[in-house]
Amino acid sequence: MKILVVDDEQDVKTLFQQRFRKEIRKGELDFVFAFSGEEALETLRNMEQEAVLILSDINMPGMSGLQLLEIIKKDFVAPPPVVMMVTAYGDEENFNTAKSLGADDFLTKPVDFKLLKEKLIQQR
Amino acid sequence: MDENKEKDLLNTYNLWVKSFMEDTPIEQLDDLASTDIMGYGTTTEERVFGVDQVKELCLLGQEQKKHLEDYNYRLDIIKKQYSNNEECAVIVAEIDLSYTFNAVKTKLPLRISTVLFHEFGKWKAVHWHGSVGVESEGDTWHKDEWKRENERLQKKVNEQTTELRQSLEHLKATQTQLIQSEKMASLGELTAGIAHEIQNPLNFVNNFSEVSSELIDEINEELEEGDIEEVKLIASDIKQNLEKINHHGKRADDIIKGMLQHSRKNTGEKEPTDINKLTDEYFRLAYHGLRAKDKSFNAKLETNFDPNLGEITVVSQEIGRVILNLFTNAFYAVNEKQSNVASNTYKPTVSVATLRTDDIMKITIKDNGDGIPKDIIDKIFQPFFTTKPTGKGTGLGLSMSYDIIKAHNGQLDVYTKTGEFTEFKITLPIKTNK
Repeated sequence: MKILVVDDEQDVKTLFQQRFRKEIRKGELDFVFAFSGEEALETLRNMEQEAVLILSDINMPGMSGLQLLEIIKKDFVAPPPVVMMVTAYGDEENFNTAKSLGADDFLTKPVDFKLLKEKLIQQR
Repeated sequence: MDENKEKDLLNTYNLWVKSFMEDTPIEQLDDLASTDIMGYGTTTEERVFGVDQVKELCLLGQEQKKHLEDYNYRLDIIKKQYSNNEECAVIVAEIDLSYTFNAVKTKLPLRISTVLFHEFGKWKAVHWHGSVGVESEGDTWHKDEWKRENERLQKKVNEQTTELRQSLEHLKATQTQLIQSEKMASLGELTAGIAHEIQNPLNFVNNFSEVSSELIDEINEELEEGDIEEVKLIASDIKQNLEKINHHGKRADDIIKGMLQHSRKNTGEKEPTDINKLTDEYFRLAYHGLRAKDKSFNAKLETNFDPNLGEITVVSQEIGRVILNLFTNAFYAVNEKQSNVASNTYKPTVSVATLRTDDIMKITIKDNGDGIPKDIIDKIFQPFFTTKPTGKGTGLGLSMSYDIIKAHNGQLDVYTKTGEFTEFKITLPIKTNK
């Protein structure tokens, strides 16, 4: 299963690649990166029928994580991807909106990579 | 004049004066004054008509005299003048009056002019005018009036000048205060953006340092296994991470510095400034500032920075304030339009472009909001003019921006089309100081 990480910060890619170095090396986890909501949709369209887990930031210029979530839940139904949203600490409003839009799980910034690792292994 | 007639005249006159100055019986006034006598005193209300009123006046005087000590007067006839038929006489006299009242000694130089008619073989006073000679103000002839008027006017001018000077100082203080509060207000708008901006680099610093520590453990593991190639790979990752930690640390540092610079009082010092960097920084801060306040808000950000822009010598926090203000306005405009447009077809977009030619630098900030209506376009740079609801804007943003750009010998222009866009263009001269 592919994990699509969506964040406008380019260094997120480097960070993930190092944090999950061993898992990537062993082929346990497979990451794909997108730096905007628009790019994420483009990526999703190009990987038809593949099981995917999306990990998206909310605060991004252009299409926000919430808009992306809404579109994914509406347009990408077969198979329905698991969407995890990364919210800022104490941001109830975004948390609730994401929940009502059908987000499957949540992570709070700063991301606890141990917890994320557990969650990702579970989903695998 | 016949000697007896003149004697009669002086006798009558002396008795007439005595009825005022001494305690003589008032009944004798019937013999001394005509029934329709009229008299004036110094003040406006001192007018007497008829002998009965004269009697009242004398009684009043006699009553007052009882309370005075050392009462004394000296009569000096200054001038006597008669008509040709000697039936009419004018006697002018000065009376030096002195008395003590409540231990205060007073001297009054009185002047009395009396007109007497000779009728039915008797002299009788028909009119008198008495006054008190005073040193300056209140003189009857107003001969020094113009001088005093000038002095009065000068005094008034001085007073008003002082008042105006005070008002001016007060206004200056208020202006300084207003500018400071405008700075603080825009700082408030920034705070949320700053928090967001600092959070990300800080997360990277933490994450990259943690992961580097893990990588060191992995190096040790790989060394045990003897995989030197992998060790080299990990080591280069660690080096890259340290660079990233440094980069994000500096990023947070810059944001904090920018924030302090924004709120700091203007030092007025010009320094070489990377306008692209400054613009980009405030672009993000303004955007995240608004996002933090209004979660539903979103906008497309477009940047088109001239890579050959180079540095320009400006007061960077001042130019930063202008840029921030223009961005805040642009985001406000697209946000307003978005909340007024029902359809999803509207895409709020704010763009910024920089451009350098030989001798000028241009910064263009454009939004696709509703534009500025024609009837207010002339007012937008006026202080305190705002279209925002009370409490939302100070109305000083654009006027301050205008002043700042003018102070840099630049130009701030606005182009707008109702319903379509607003574009602000900052033009700054590039000075070669060498």
